[in-house]
Amino acid sequence: MMERQDTSITIIRPENNWLALNLADLWRYRELVYFMAWRDIVVRYKQTLLGAGWAILRPFLTMVVFSIFFGELAKVPSEGVPYPIFTYTALLPWELFATALSVASRSLVQNSHMITKVYFPRLILPLAAILAGVVDFLIAFVILIVMMAYYGIVPTSAVWTLPLFLLLTLITSLGVGLWLSALNVLYRDVGYVTPFLTQFWLFITPIAYGASLVPEQWRFLYALNPMVGVVNGFRWALLGIQTAAPDSQLIMSVVVSLILLVSGLFYFRRMERLFADMV
Amino acid sequence: MIAIRAEKLGKQYRIGLPSVRYQTLRENLGERLAAPVRRLRSNANEYGKIWALRDVSFEVQQGQVLGVIGRNGAGKSTLLKLLSRVTYPTEGTAQIHGRVGSLLEVGTGFHPELTGRENIYLNGAILGMKRHEIERKFDEIVAFAEVEKFIDTPVKRYSSGMYLRLAFAVAAHLEPEILVVDEVLAVGDAEFQRKCLGKMSDVAQQGRTVLFVSHNMSAILRLTEETLVIEKGRLALRAPTPQAVDYYLSRGFSQEGEHVWAEDEISPEAAPFRPIRIRILNPQGQVADTVRSVEPITIEIEYNLAAPVVGLRVGIYLLSTRGEYIFTSFDTDEPEQFERMATRPAGHYISRCTIPADFLNEGRYVVAVNASSFRVKRYFQDDQALSFNVDATGAPGMHWPEPRLGPVRPRLEWKIEAIK
Repeated sequence: MMERQDTSITIIRPENNWLALNLADLWRYRELVYFMAWRDIVVRYKQTLLGAGWAILRPFLTMVVFSIFFGELAKVPSEGVPYPIFTYTALLPWELFATALSVASRSLVQNSHMITKVYFPRLILPLAAILAGVVDFLIAFVILIVMMAYYGIVPTSAVWTLPLFLLLTLITSLGVGLWLSALNVLYRDVGYVTPFLTQFWLFITPIAYGASLVPEQWRFLYALNPMVGVVNGFRWALLGIQTAAPDSQLIMSVVVSLILLVSGLFYFRRMERLFADMV
Repeated sequence: MIAIRAEKLGKQYRIGLPSVRYQTLRENLGERLAAPVRRLRSNANEYGKIWALRDVSFEVQQGQVLGVIGRNGAGKSTLLKLLSRVTYPTEGTAQIHGRVGSLLEVGTGFHPELTGRENIYLNGAILGMKRHEIERKFDEIVAFAEVEKFIDTPVKRYSSGMYLRLAFAVAAHLEPEILVVDEVLAVGDAEFQRKCLGKMSDVAQQGRTVLFVSHNMSAILRLTEETLVIEKGRLALRAPTPQAVDYYLSRGFSQEGEHVWAEDEISPEAAPFRPIRIRILNPQGQVADTVRSVEPITIEIEYNLAAPVVGLRVGIYLLSTRGEYIFTSFDTDEPEQFERMATRPAGHYISRCTIPADFLNEGRYVVAVNASSFRVKRYFQDDQALSFNVDATGAPGMHWPEPRLGPVRPRLEWKIEAIK
């Protein structure tokens, strides 16, 4: 076949030039990200009774429980909007993040048979895991639209910023996911740490409560958690909650998120060469 | 034009440590703390490391079909893994001009829940094909695999033959400039193997560069012009294929009717099974390299078991020097024997069998040894444990000075009846 006239030259060598992220290779294999994400989704929907229902049920049931215990019983303030929609808006990006973390952290180990037999940029595995989560997010988003219609809430004019906050969620998920997936190959402890980490993270993110509950002097520290920026952004753009409007703390969240991503990428690249020998 | 240039390629693996594979954090911390102490105690600081491949240099011209042969564990697979970028070298470099398609296995990434159609797309993408390439080849792949009727059935419902055909079909329609193939032909029935070989020679004739690893000498002879022989991680010889095969056979098989396994021939994963030796005995009880076809031939495998093993079977494969199987036999083939040896206690054993008189044709035969528990673990396998010669003096039909076809030469009882 004369398809590729420009014969590419690959050099295989031991020393690890880990400054090179090799993004060109990733681009060449971009379709594989789609196929792997598609495989994850199709397999999950074929193997489970409820299939796509789970994408809705998980955040929905969490919302119901939170609404009863935090909204009704503990009377957690919800900034002037009904508590269920207040918490559901936060649960959407949270579920995406939490699922991405657990799936991405397992992605290399679970696909070890592929890693030991075929070359492809390993980055594809955590990427595909996160992409599959986006599909669930979109399905669960439909419920939010229904709820907004039910409560008669009109999205603010800032709703166009929503994709940016979604992007911030994905960057954070990928950053943490890269660290966890690479560490999981070396230390299986990660499998036990991830659920605990996710649970811990849930409490330090304003899901069941509003970020305005956090005392002023702690806000700076609080904003080191990029998910704070994400959740606030969602509430501000969709529900018009002004205390959650973007401010200097959002910049903090973005910076931390980018640091996670870049450090994650380099760590992943550095460890990538060992995966086939270790898994 | 050069397609592959390897210079002093080497790959080191750690073995025999609990940390060969993944570790837990605790182990890693423990090891780091213990390491300086250990280093003081033993001066070997490279303990537990082996070179699976070392100092291997060669060039492959574009369009050349190169064979790679060597015993199990010689480093062939490591070489292919390095060239296909599954793993990275410890030292040395390799330059590869062009897209590499590697077939270290067929059906990588196949998911049982997905249909044949879905798996073709997925597997194609994993092997590096573009979506439009797969679409273009789709009908051809399905036709080659002969699964038209079941293309929308999940592959978990496929027979193993259909599954393999589909898996190979996807791989066979890859169109990289360089194809790296490992032993994929060792699977499937004879007819399918023939089809695969046919496809392989098509690929070779299209002017693509192919690196072909196999134990099947007739396939190597048929498909390749030149061959690398790898021995204990080193490139022992590069020569025109017939010469390389001769060298390989003479090296591997000059074992004088007895083979004593050295420590470095046994992977640590064989434990608790430790093979000691294998011998060929003539009816007089002497170790012999040449036995007579008209006499029974005894094969003895001596081994130690460091711990009891459940369901162990120790046995042999008999092969021609071309790598074709003649038969397989295990010491617990008899159901009563299997019951009695359900758990084989620790101890020192000899498993002995006798090939009856008037069974093998003249020629040279290879004995491969396998010790395994069915579907649990393969403790040990040596694909060329030993070889021996069969002399046909006195065998049926010797009054005609012609070679007899086929590996067996039974003395059948013929009756000639004249019908009125």
